[in-house]
Amino acid sequence: MSRLKNIWWKVLCIILLYYVIIAGFLMDVPRLFILNETIRNLFFHVAIWFAMFIMLIVSMVYAIRYLKSSNILDDIKSSEFANVGIFFGILGVVTGMAWAKFTWGAWWVNDPKLNATSIAMLIYMAYFVLRSSIENQQTKGRISAVYNIFAFAAAIPLIFILPRMTDSLHPGNGGNPGFNSYDLDNTLRTVFYPAVVAYALLGVWFASIRIRIQRVKEDFRQLELNV
Amino acid sequence: MKEVFFLVRKEILLEWRQRYAISGILLYLTSSVFLVYMALGTAGGADLSQAPDTWIAIFWIVMLFTAVNAIARSFIQESRGLRLYHYIIASPVSIILSRVIYNTLLMLLLVFAGIPVFMLVLGNPIQNVPLFALTAFLGALGFSAAFTMISAIASHAGNAGTLMAILGFPVILPLLLLLIKVSQATVLSAVPEQTNGQIFNLLAIIMISLSTSILLFPYLWRAN
Repeated sequence: MSRLKNIWWKVLCIILLYYVIIAGFLMDVPRLFILNETIRNLFFHVAIWFAMFIMLIVSMVYAIRYLKSSNILDDIKSSEFANVGIFFGILGVVTGMAWAKFTWGAWWVNDPKLNATSIAMLIYMAYFVLRSSIENQQTKGRISAVYNIFAFAAAIPLIFILPRMTDSLHPGNGGNPGFNSYDLDNTLRTVFYPAVVAYALLGVWFASIRIRIQRVKEDFRQLELNV
Repeated sequence: MKEVFFLVRKEILLEWRQRYAISGILLYLTSSVFLVYMALGTAGGADLSQAPDTWIAIFWIVMLFTAVNAIARSFIQESRGLRLYHYIIASPVSIILSRVIYNTLLMLLLVFAGIPVFMLVLGNPIQNVPLFALTAFLGALGFSAAFTMISAIASHAGNAGTLMAILGFPVILPLLLLLIKVSQATVLSAVPEQTNGQIFNLLAIIMISLSTSILLFPYLWRAN
């Protein structure tokens, strides 16, 4: 029975995902110049970015906790949330590329937001290269936690300053119609916010499964050490 | 504070005693510039005074690679014994501060040695020399602030040299882009109004990497 008590958020996640997919494809959306029907990508592409950002923040918070506690579990959580963050990042790039092909006419353009994303992906891939190149478990956790926090701090200007310095092709920038407060009317919000919650919950679900796998592996490793 | 001063003096003294290292890095810089000169010459013309954007991009790329190589020495090429000795005698904050200060001095030397070489070989598109000097100064500070920490991180792992580049490049990119943006203003005789904001952003990025370095380095140091 105790398992049932902890399952409600998974049920909520599935219900929200169904809602997002059905409502996202079928509801009436405002017609905006250039965007037209592709505005529906707000529920997928933009919401996935938000979820990715949440995953990366959680990863960084666990990195800080690891530095404080030296508990190997925090390190596992930190790395697995970063993993899910990268997964969402790739999904975001794919959905964004498909959208860009039909609104901008090219799969990839030299846009500051796209570049910022690819750099953020590079940072977290470097994070995993760093992890795999250190043998000792405690050293690995400590060093990668430090890099996680350092890189996150360095990526903040990337995400918040640089895209605002130059015009972006993205909706809402450079005179393009966008999802700003005056455009994003309340019908879009009714799906967008649930979508963010749904993907975030899905990410936590993914991460929790992977964390369990890593914990079992870690337990086996400890057993082997003791034998 | 006194500790920091002594550590910086120690670094400079050590560098002075083995001058081949610094001449090696100066030679690295010169031969990279010459490589660019030869490559551009073969490609159709090495005088970039009429192509300031290319000049600036190549200048900062060469400086980036020089910085990686110069700063990699600060933690990576240090023996374990020496590291333990430092661990015992000094506090981690003064270690990282002294390294950042020392690397900034080193980078200032390299950047300001690089500028005349660049101007000599590739032509001079820079109109606003004081602003470019300020940019170069901020560049030296920013490179050393970020790469000193990265070098400390990479020094704990195997194949530290490659790892330094992998870990460092994405982190340094916002700084590099801003440096290029500000440098582009120096080819004009008048300063565009957005340059002030960009310099402010540059300072903010440097402050972020400096303060996170100081906050995080004690944890890294304990992993010895």
